[in-house]
Amino acid sequence: MKKLFFHGNKTAPRWFTLVCVLEERSSPTSFEQLALPLFGRLYNFAHWLAQNREEAEDLVQETYAKALKGFSSFEPGTDFKAWMFRILRNTFLNSRTGLKAATVPLDLPDDDPALPAEHQTPETILIDRASHQIVQEAIAELVVPYREVLLLCEVEEMSYQEIATALAIPVGTVMSRLSRARRVLRETVQKKLHRSSP
Amino acid sequence: MTEDMTEATTHETWVGKLDAYLDGELDSSQMQELDRHLRECPGCTAEVLRRLQWKRAVHSAGQCYVADPALRERIQRCISPGKPAWWHLRPGFAAIAAVLLLFAGARIVQLEVGQPNARPIRDNLVRDNLVQQSRIVGELADLHVTTLASANPVDVVSSDRHNVKPWFAGKIPFSFDLPELQGSQFELVGGKVSYVEQSPGAQLLFRVRKHEISVFIFQSRALPLDFASTEEINARSFHLESWRRNGLQYFAISDVAPEDLRALSYLLNK
Repeated sequence: MKKLFFHGNKTAPRWFTLVCVLEERSSPTSFEQLALPLFGRLYNFAHWLAQNREEAEDLVQETYAKALKGFSSFEPGTDFKAWMFRILRNTFLNSRTGLKAATVPLDLPDDDPALPAEHQTPETILIDRASHQIVQEAIAELVVPYREVLLLCEVEEMSYQEIATALAIPVGTVMSRLSRARRVLRETVQKKLHRSSP
Repeated sequence: MTEDMTEATTHETWVGKLDAYLDGELDSSQMQELDRHLRECPGCTAEVLRRLQWKRAVHSAGQCYVADPALRERIQRCISPGKPAWWHLRPGFAAIAAVLLLFAGARIVQLEVGQPNARPIRDNLVRDNLVQQSRIVGELADLHVTTLASANPVDVVSSDRHNVKPWFAGKIPFSFDLPELQGSQFELVGGKVSYVEQSPGAQLLFRVRKHEISVFIFQSRALPLDFASTEEINARSFHLESWRRNGLQYFAISDVAPEDLRALSYLLNK
């Protein structure tokens, strides 16, 4: 409010405007202070989406550039993290890899009810044996809509509402995609374990 | 037979909610009901443990890509407000500012002497601010005492921040960061929605030794006056610490020693 008043007031002395600009730049909610702590998380997510280091770096750089440009439209007090992830995800979807990924159909429609729980089988107990690498390979093999929702929930520990904001989808879709992503992941790990077992 | 069918239905209903339970997306009453069901149902308990194992496996496997530090530096350079061309002239600016301040001070003294009525107006403004501040502090102290006196002090009962923070989604018009307190002397008890000046906010209850601390979080713009960025106030033998972060106003109030209150606010503010 103060910023608008002083910047918009043509009669305000120049030195006063200068002080306000300095104050704004050193404001505790400056873009740098909000956005830089998310760097590692954004990069990890970008790499998972793009599956490639160079492309992930480009994505993150572009995300920061777009976010800085649009920061004036960000409403303080709302979810900045979800906002940044949303920009990153949209940037990815407009990239070559993202456009290709968007054409891969999901195995089930989003509005399908959540899958019934599986009963514990000897295969599912094998998670104990599943190495980090096998789980990583299985995550990488998920289609992008499942991969992104799973990572935002399990790695970023976002709430369903935050994920819905970041991905611009309804909360119900978040829940059904998450349920399927978990199931597909379990099945993929089990297949890999079967193949690797003697 | 009917009882068995009802039990089976209840069991199936709960199985469908296990993921939401582990993701901290159930409301407090459902959490408590499911906790009860888990104590009685070995099948569901085993299923919860299995899913928890998967969650941990994915959480750990999903954090595997680390960026090149050079990329971070490049981005930081791009988004940091750079030093403008006049930066090396700042000693000159400081001197000019000092002279201006001297002139302004002299002018104020002149006005004060010339207009004896000016002081009461300013005093009134200061007094109004103090009245508003003490009203809000009083409201917060009342809310804290009411919470301590209640049989159910919080609506979401959990020491896990991943249960407490998501519970507020959709109930208050903002989100906030809740840091990990494991290893600290503080324990999260839970939270509920509170109102000050007719605006909704989050009330978090923490425990340190045998004392309770309420932390209130509201949107800064919802409050009628600016509290100092970090301020300690005493209210009816309670200590209150306030600070602002990301457009949100935080208040921590308790009867603990001010050092404990400061330690908690440091943890929440870092």
